[in-house]
Amino acid sequence: MSHLFEFNGAEGKGYSQPSPIMDVSKLKLPGSMRRESLPRWPRVSEPEMVRHYTWLSKRNFGIDTGFYPLGSCTMKHNPRVNEAIAQMPGIANIHPHQPESHLQGLLSIYHEMQEMLAICAGMDAVTLQPVAGAQGEFTAIRCFQEYFRKTGQTQRTKVIVPDSAHGTNPASASMCGFEIIEIPSSADGRLDLDALRAVVGEDTAAMMITNPNTLGIFEADVVEASQIIHDAGGLMYYDGANFNAILGWTNPGLMGFDAVHYNLHKTFSQPHGGGGPGSGPIGVKAHLAEFLPSPIVGKREIESEDEHLYAVDDCWYTWQTPESTIGKVQQWHGNAGAVVRCWAYYRRYGRDLKTMSEHAVLNANYLRHAILTKAEEAGVTHMFVEGAPINVCKHEFTISMSPAKESMGISAMDVAKGLLDMGYMAPTVYFPQIVPECLMIEPTETESKETLDEFATNFIKVLQTDAEALHESPTTTPVRRVDEVYAARNLILRYEMD
Amino acid sequence: MSEIPDNLYYTKEHEWIRNDGDHVTIGITDHAQNALTDIVYIELPESGMTLEDMGEFAIVESVKSASPIFAPLAGEIVEVNDALEDAPELMNESPYGEGWIVKMKLDDMSALSTLMDAAGYAAEIAE
Repeated sequence: MSHLFEFNGAEGKGYSQPSPIMDVSKLKLPGSMRRESLPRWPRVSEPEMVRHYTWLSKRNFGIDTGFYPLGSCTMKHNPRVNEAIAQMPGIANIHPHQPESHLQGLLSIYHEMQEMLAICAGMDAVTLQPVAGAQGEFTAIRCFQEYFRKTGQTQRTKVIVPDSAHGTNPASASMCGFEIIEIPSSADGRLDLDALRAVVGEDTAAMMITNPNTLGIFEADVVEASQIIHDAGGLMYYDGANFNAILGWTNPGLMGFDAVHYNLHKTFSQPHGGGGPGSGPIGVKAHLAEFLPSPIVGKREIESEDEHLYAVDDCWYTWQTPESTIGKVQQWHGNAGAVVRCWAYYRRYGRDLKTMSEHAVLNANYLRHAILTKAEEAGVTHMFVEGAPINVCKHEFTISMSPAKESMGISAMDVAKGLLDMGYMAPTVYFPQIVPECLMIEPTETESKETLDEFATNFIKVLQTDAEALHESPTTTPVRRVDEVYAARNLILRYEMD
Repeated sequence: MSEIPDNLYYTKEHEWIRNDGDHVTIGITDHAQNALTDIVYIELPESGMTLEDMGEFAIVESVKSASPIFAPLAGEIVEVNDALEDAPELMNESPYGEGWIVKMKLDDMSALSTLMDAAGYAAEIAE
């Protein structure tokens, strides 16, 4: 029992297909388009296939199997009530092509979600179309670009990012054709306003900031940074990756941002990992609303008897196209399933989401403190330094393994692999790049004090493991240490039959 | 300790430049390849490309990151080390030898003197 393609023993098959609707000999396909051999479908029965996927699932590690402190990814619990709502037939079984009269329920959810997201970020208009944070960034920067075209400011060609930014920020702006100006962070890991002042000018289009930043530190000078950019005529973009730390306490609108993306799959508990499905809506201030991608959901008065029959509220929800839209960024209406799950989450908790972000920050600070305290007790404080000099962190914190790397040959990667053997998903490693040998730890609000205590204890145990043993880690996982260099130099992207 | 040969010029972006008379040869330093860790890919320029001072001409990817390579001075690329396409690890194994990246004809050879020497670069990376 292993691989679907290798399990190719007995003749026969576990699927059935209808007969072709016409005689194959009547098909006039060019020779070059005809396959020379039959496709090699796996010859497995249904129970064998079930066993295959169950076997795969047992090799999996996820938030449902254990603690997953993957920094910047906000791997929180996904409440099952979200699933119950997303799987209601009226939501799960509709098709985007159905007329609006069939979609009033979903459209009402979309409309409410647009409004709720706008409120929590201090924005005026929201599109739910982008399906990832990076696509949200691209969408917002494209809106900025159209705004500058419409207002005759095409000389604005530069986008400023701090050197602690997520790599997607410069990538998104670059894809829109902007030139990237990277500014260094100050010694304490925060925005350097002098460095910012030195690069702003008439060619400044925008600045992109994550707050709290990727070191888990709140950018106390963010309002002043907004002022500097706005005085120069530029726009401010808020990367919402770390929104989980501030939701309900402050918002990007108050900080002076013109646009923001939300990672529904982080802050609002859409399950993620393994590539998705994510959802990266964006919110914008009123002056950018006309450029949003279409369609967004609007509402109007009910106009006919027929509409009365179908309406779920005392109004009619309808797809609308913003006046100067940049066009579509996604087929249909974004990842509707993700939007519905996150709407359910938001509706379930409402104002209590403020407690959620409070606990996310509390958990991160508790875990940081527990690790530092236990390291002192165990006499291993010489092995690491904090990624930035801080008294308190927000929802995540960074540790640099540089001292251990230099004196003992133990790298951040070795520690990460050692943690796998302890039954954890490893923290994010080697990001942000301004911290050498970085481990980035984000516990999220959903973990208990006991889990955090145990992790801190096991983290110290990994640090006490001798270097040679650690270089062998992981030894308990289905796949041992992967040769990443070999994999990157010898890409194999599909199963090779022969 | 990183190797820093005496006979080369250096930039803050961790490139080395060798004066070969009518042209220069450019690569990344030992310190750079160490910091990048195992290099898995390089996007090479075409021969004949003309570059401004600090113009970007290649991208080096390691398991950890992707980093641009800049022209230290203005000029034209006259030769590209195509061997790196199949064997990017040469930049790790022999940063000052087989791992060279391009040869450039500089607009002004005398501008070389504006670059750092070995002692200057040693001080730069000691910071």
